[in-house]
Amino acid sequence: MGLQIIWFVLWGVLWAVYFMLDGFVLGAGMLQRFIGRNDDERRVVINTVGPVWDGNEVWLITAGGATFAAFPTTYALMFSYLYTALLLLLFALIVRGVSFEFRGKLESSRWKGAWDAAILVSSFLPALLFGVAFGNIFSGLPMDRGGYHGSFISLLSPFGLLTGLLFVLLFLEHGALYLAAKTVGDLHGRAKRVAQRVWPALLLVAASFLVAAYPATRLSENYFRVPLLLAVPLAAVAALLAIRVCLARDRILPAFAASCATIVLVVATGVTGLFPNLIPSSLDPASSLTIYNSSSSHYTLRIMTVVAAVFLPIVIAYKIWVYRLFRGKVTVEDVMGDEQSY
Amino acid sequence: MDVVTLSRLQFAITSMFHFLFVPLTLGLSILVAFMETRYVRTGNVLYLRMAKFWGKLFLINFALGVVTGITLEFQFGMNWAEYSRYVGDIFGAPLAIEATLAFFLESVFIGVWLFGWNKVSKTFHAVSIWIVAIATNLSALWILLANGWMQHPVGYVIRNGRAEMVDFMAVATNPYGLIKFSHQIVSGYVVAAFFVLGISAWHLLRKSQPDFFRSSFRMGAVFGLVSIVLVLATGDQHAVEVAKTQPTKFAAMEAVWETSKGAGINIIVIPDAQNERNIVEKVFIPKLLSYMAFHTPEGEVKGLRDFPRQDRPPVAPVFFSFRAMVGMGFLMVILALCAVIASFRGTIERNRLLLRFLLYAIPIPYIANQLGWIVAEMGRQPWIVYGVLRTSDAVSTSLSTVQVAGSLAGFTLLYGFLGAVDIFLLVMYARKGPDDDAGGILKPAGREV
Ligand code: HDD
Ligand code: HEM
Ligand code: HEM
Repeated sequence: MGLQIIWFVLWGVLWAVYFMLDGFVLGAGMLQRFIGRNDDERRVVINTVGPVWDGNEVWLITAGGATFAAFPTTYALMFSYLYTALLLLLFALIVRGVSFEFRGKLESSRWKGAWDAAILVSSFLPALLFGVAFGNIFSGLPMDRGGYHGSFISLLSPFGLLTGLLFVLLFLEHGALYLAAKTVGDLHGRAKRVAQRVWPALLLVAASFLVAAYPATRLSENYFRVPLLLAVPLAAVAALLAIRVCLARDRILPAFAASCATIVLVVATGVTGLFPNLIPSSLDPASSLTIYNSSSSHYTLRIMTVVAAVFLPIVIAYKIWVYRLFRGKVTVEDVMGDEQSY
Repeated sequence: MDVVTLSRLQFAITSMFHFLFVPLTLGLSILVAFMETRYVRTGNVLYLRMAKFWGKLFLINFALGVVTGITLEFQFGMNWAEYSRYVGDIFGAPLAIEATLAFFLESVFIGVWLFGWNKVSKTFHAVSIWIVAIATNLSALWILLANGWMQHPVGYVIRNGRAEMVDFMAVATNPYGLIKFSHQIVSGYVVAAFFVLGISAWHLLRKSQPDFFRSSFRMGAVFGLVSIVLVLATGDQHAVEVAKTQPTKFAAMEAVWETSKGAGINIIVIPDAQNERNIVEKVFIPKLLSYMAFHTPEGEVKGLRDFPRQDRPPVAPVFFSFRAMVGMGFLMVILALCAVIASFRGTIERNRLLLRFLLYAIPIPYIANQLGWIVAEMGRQPWIVYGVLRTSDAVSTSLSTVQVAGSLAGFTLLYGFLGAVDIFLLVMYARKGPDDDAGGILKPAGREV
C-alpha cells in the first residue's frame, strides 16, 4: 500500500526532474539557430549544454525504466497506446543527440546548416509531443476493457495541443534563461530579450491551461477534496511570476531557478490531480490504470525502493558536483581553444 | 506480414543496430583509459595523444550507442506490451537498475572527460574515463541479466496472471546471465582490439606516424589476444549452460536430430529442417559434442526429433551462425597471436601481408558479435521467455500492421542514414590520424595539482 504511493511520488519526481533538466536543453536547441548569428555563436550555444545533455536525457530513460519496474501494466499500455507519438519522439531524440555530436565534425557550412536545422526540429518536436502526451494523460485516454479506441490524430485534441503549446513555451523560456545565464555579450543580450518576450505568452497559455483543465480533465477533484493541495498550483503560479520579477531586476540566475521551480510545480500540479490514477480512462473510470491495479508485486517494489533509496542520492550528489564543475559562462574563446568541444 | 513478424523484424533491426556500437564502446573505453593512465604515470605525451585520437573515434561511436539505446528501452512497451505486462514484475527491475547504476555514471562522466580537460586534475581526468569504462561494462551486466532471465527464467512464480519475482538474488546471480555477461564483454574487447589493430595497420602501411601507431598496435595486440582467448573459454562454458537449460537451442546450434550418448561432431554439415535430417555430414570427430555439452565424453545430447515441431527454433540460421561465430573465433586467435609476436619482435612494419589482413579483419569481430546474438535470440524461438511465454503471445494487441510497418520503414531509413554518416566520419577521422601539432595537443592537457 505505502510502497505504491512512494513509487507514484517517485514517478512524478522523475518526470519533473527530467523536464526541468532536458527542458533547457530542448529550449536551447529551439533557440540555437536564432540566437546564434554565426557559427561561433551557434557552437557556443551547443557547448553550454554539451557536458550535461546526455546525463539529463538519462532521467527520461530512468523514468521509463521506473515505470516498467514499478507499474508494468502502465508501461505496457501507455507506450503501446501512444505508439506513433512515441515513435516520433524517439526519432527526434535520436536526431538531436547525433546532431550535437556530428555538427562540428566537418568544416562545411552546408553540413553545419543541415545539422542546425535538425537541432531545431528535433528540439521542438519532443517539447510539443511530451506536452500533447501529458495533456492526454491528464484528460484520460479513450480506453476500456476492449482496449484502446484512440489514434494519433485523436491525441491532437484542443486540450492536448494546448498542453503541447504550454510545454513548448515553458521550455523556450527555460532555455532562454539558461543561455542568458551561461553566455556573455550579444548572445547574453539576445537570450535575455527572448526570455522577456516569451514570458507574457507563457503566462497567457499557462492561465488558459488552468482554466481549460477544469472542464477537460478531472484533475480538480483531488483539489476539491483536499483544498490544502491548492498550494501546489499556487506555488507554480508564484514561481512563474517570480521569473518576471527577477528578469526585471536583471537577476538571471534566480530567474532560471524560478523557471526550474515552475516546471517542477507544473508537473506536480498535474500529477497531484491524477492521483491515484496513472492513466485515467475517459470512457470508463473502472478501466483507469491506477497505482493499485497496475503496480508490480510488493516484493519487487520493495527491492526497487531499496535500490532507489541507496543510489538516487549518490546520483544526485555527483550530478550536483558536475553542474558546479561546469558552472560559469561559456565564451567563444573557450570553444575555439578546445579541440574536443562540439 | 502480421504484427508479430513485423515487430520481430523491428526488434531485430533496432537491437542489432544498437549492437554495432555497443561492443566498441565496451572495449575502447578501457583501452583509452589504459592509454591515459600511462600518460599520467609516465608523463609521456605520446600516450596523451593516443588517448585523444582513439578517444575521438570512441566518442563518435558512443553517440550512436546512446541514441539507439533509447529506442530499445521504450520498445518493450511499444511493441511487446503483453510481454511487458506479463513479466514486467521481474524484467523491469534490471532495466531500471541499469539506468540508475550505470547510465547516469556513464553519461555524466563522459561529459567530464570530454569537457573537463582544463577543469579537473590530470589524475582525475583519467579517473573519469575509467568511471565511464566501468559504467558501460556495468550496464552490460544488468541488461544481460535481463536477457539471461528470458533465456533461463529463475526466481519467479506465476501468480495473478503474470510472472512475479520471488527471489531477486536468483535473478541477479542467474548463471545464464553471468556467463552471457562474461562472454559478451570480452567479445566487445575483441572488437575494440581489432579496431585499433586495423586502423594502426592502415597507418603503418603508409608509414604515417610510426611511433604513435606502433605503440597503439602493441596495446591492441595484447588486449586482443587476451580477450579472444577469454572469448573462447567463456564461449565453451556458455555452450554447457545452453545444453543444460535450452536443449532445443543446443540441438539447433549443432543440427542434432537424434538423441544419443557420446555424440560426435561433423565439421561439415548442411541441415534440412523439412525432412528432419542433415543432407551433408562430413569429417566426423567422435565424442566431441557430448564433451562440449557436458564436459564429459558420454553425456546424452537431445535431438530435435524429441521435441514437437512447434517448439523448435529455425535450425539453419542458428546452426550456420553458430558455426561461423566459432570459426571466426579461431581465426582471430591466430591473427591476434601473429600480431603480438610481430609486435614484440619489432617486425610489424615489414610484415605487410599481416598488416593488410588486420586492416580487412576489422569487420570480423563485429560480424561474430551479430551472429552470436542471432544464435542466442533465434535459438530461443518460439519462446520469448524460454518455456514460459511464446513470442506470438507477447506482442502488443493494440497495434495495426500499418503502424508497425510504418515504424519499421522509419527505423530502417533513419538508421541506414545514421550508419552511413557514422562510417563516413569514423573513416575520415581514422585516416586523418592524430594531430601532430604538439602545441594544440599539449595545451588542454589537464590542470596540474
Ligand atoms: C552487452 C551490452 C549491451 C546490450 C546487450 C545492450 N546495451 Fe544498451 N548500451 C550499452 C550496452 C548494452 C552500453 C555499452 O552501455 C551503451 C552503448 C554505447 C553507449 O554509449 O552505452 C548502451 C547505451 C544504451 C542506452 C543509452 C544510455 C545513455 O543515454 O547513456 C540505453 C537507453 C540502452 N543502451 C538500453 C538498452 C536496452 C533496452 C537493451 C536491450 C535490448 C540494450 N541497451 C542492449
Ligand atoms: C544488443 C544485442 C542484441 C541483439 C543483436 C539481439 C538480436 C535479436 C534478434 C536477431 C531478434 C529476432 C529473433 C527472431 O525474430 O527470430 C531479437 C528478438 C528479441 N530480443 Fe534480442 N538482441 C539483443 C539484445 C536483447 C536483449 C538484451 C534483450 C532483453 C533484455 C532482447 C530481447 C529481445 C526481444 C524481446 C525480442 C523480440 C521477440 C523475439 O523475436 O524473440 N534482446 N533480438
Ligand atoms: C569457440 C568460440 C565460441 C564459442 C564456443 C561460443 C559460444 C557461444 C554460445 C553457446 C552462445 C549462445 C548463447 C545463448 O544461446 O544465449 C554465444 C553467443 C554469443 N557469442 Fe559466442 N562463442 C564463440 C566465439 C565468439 C566470438 C569470437 C564472438 C565475437 C567476438 C562471440 C560473440 C558472441 C555474442 C555477442 C553472443 C550473444 C550474446 C550471448 O548470448 O552471450 N562468440 N556464443
